[in-house]
Amino acid sequence: MKAAEFIQKVNSGEIDVVEHTHKVIEECKKLNKEYNYFNVISEELALEQAKAVRKNPDGRLAGLPVSIKDCICVKGVESRAGSAILNGYKPLFNATAVKKVIREGGIIIGKTSQDEFGFGGFSVNMGKGFKKPLNPFDKKRCCGGSSGGSGGITQKASFPNISLGESTGGSIVNPASFCGIYGLCPTYGRVSRYGLIDYGNSLDKIGPMAKHIEDTALMQNIISGFDKKESTSLNIPVDNYGSGIGKDIKGMKIGIIDFGMGDNVDDNVKKKTQEAIDKLSSQGAELKEISLPYSNKYGIPVYFLLAASEASTNLARYCGMRYGAYGKLEGSFNEYFTRVRSASLGDEAKRRILLGTFARMAGYRDAYYIKAAQIRTKMIEEYKKAFRKFDALISPTVNILPPRFDEIDKLSLLQIYTIDTLTVVPNLVGAPHINVPMGLVDKIPSGVMLTADHLNEGKLIQIASALR
Amino acid sequence: MEVTKEIISHVANLARLELTEDEIDKFTPQMKEIIEAFSQLAGENTSGINPSFHPIDIRNFSREDKVKDSLTQQQALDNAEHKKDGYFKGPKAV
Repeated sequence: MKAAEFIQKVNSGEIDVVEHTHKVIEECKKLNKEYNYFNVISEELALEQAKAVRKNPDGRLAGLPVSIKDCICVKGVESRAGSAILNGYKPLFNATAVKKVIREGGIIIGKTSQDEFGFGGFSVNMGKGFKKPLNPFDKKRCCGGSSGGSGGITQKASFPNISLGESTGGSIVNPASFCGIYGLCPTYGRVSRYGLIDYGNSLDKIGPMAKHIEDTALMQNIISGFDKKESTSLNIPVDNYGSGIGKDIKGMKIGIIDFGMGDNVDDNVKKKTQEAIDKLSSQGAELKEISLPYSNKYGIPVYFLLAASEASTNLARYCGMRYGAYGKLEGSFNEYFTRVRSASLGDEAKRRILLGTFARMAGYRDAYYIKAAQIRTKMIEEYKKAFRKFDALISPTVNILPPRFDEIDKLSLLQIYTIDTLTVVPNLVGAPHINVPMGLVDKIPSGVMLTADHLNEGKLIQIASALR
Repeated sequence: MEVTKEIISHVANLARLELTEDEIDKFTPQMKEIIEAFSQLAGENTSGINPSFHPIDIRNFSREDKVKDSLTQQQALDNAEHKKDGYFKGPKAV
């Protein structure tokens, strides 16, 4: 059942929302024992909200279960961004996106598992004491990352639901692809970051993950908009993102990113991408190959240097005072902070802090951090030029099918980082992009990614709907 | 440049991280692989190009300078383990 049908039944009183929420929570608990999709299931909050919705069932999300990535703050619910350094942290406020969901009657069912602070593309870089989410189609495989728990629960739940994910370098579309659902990463600044636990401020975006394109548009409509509490929020009117669903795409120009069909792309993934290309072409879209040399050559180093630089400054705030993990108050300031941070952060968080600190260090700053930011300018120009010719770009979302955990263990760090090749540049450019599920290959999902110019989420959703 | 155990330890110290011997042994070759690969940026001529610290044009905006409700002192301390007399309590500064 699509979210809109479910909500209509709640609006009309056909579904008892309290009874339904009880069932939802029981299913989440059961699934979590087997698949680890939640860091916290917010039973008390969900039931309290359900009772409020029963009294006033008019909201645009009335009674709909909504899961929230752990890095997005929910008032009174432990929110840790998947890190032990935030153990015990219960925000005193809701993130703006969460506030909007609650205002429309959405039921917050829990905080979904993720790579620690979003540092990963497989949801295997878990914080200390956190469990890896398992792929809903094959438990030996990963969910993708970093919004892995969001991808898993959205696909596996038997009830209609939507998740709020978060992307810095591909963390919405990647798990959406690996879990066989839609995932929309909106334009940078379209959805307020207020209440989002930062990874990289110039890259972080909150966006919907859903089983149906209509559900994706519905949630994007609700969470978008200017927020005076957030300095990078765009003060530009919000479109109706679902208005193009099912509309003709004849004459639309779509660029096929050349390296998306290159030698390092799995044959099955290429086959599924070709199916999407053929389907769009058969509906009258004009598809033509496009080369993006800067993005292909420099996407990975530029992304990781900038994202790690921003992360290393953001994570400096975690020092064992004010909130989260703490230790015995012994030694000097630096000794205490160092002890708490070293004991609480996981390996990948430490590596990203090292990389980011190195890139900003005296003597290396110009060669790494500034250089990367300059090449980012060239990438933005490259994409802007492409969007003067094309309505959207298409490529696989990830160049491989969801790997098994034992396969991931054999990869070097550079090979792991390189998995993000197709997703990092739209994130550096701040351009909206969406994963469209393309069905299964040998019982595991594959997806294609569409990218459009800033603020063209509606166009992306229209094209995505042509691939249903 | 050469990425050595000494450089990794120095960077860790700047970032307020204390790495164990095992961590240094593990991270040094990993960071070496990454930093060497990323050094390819040096080959790109970027003279005269402005760096992009954001993907879109962002302008500062200000709010009115008016006093509004905020967290109470108690709320601000709610998530802290170490506190005393309405203040956060930290390690000794001197």
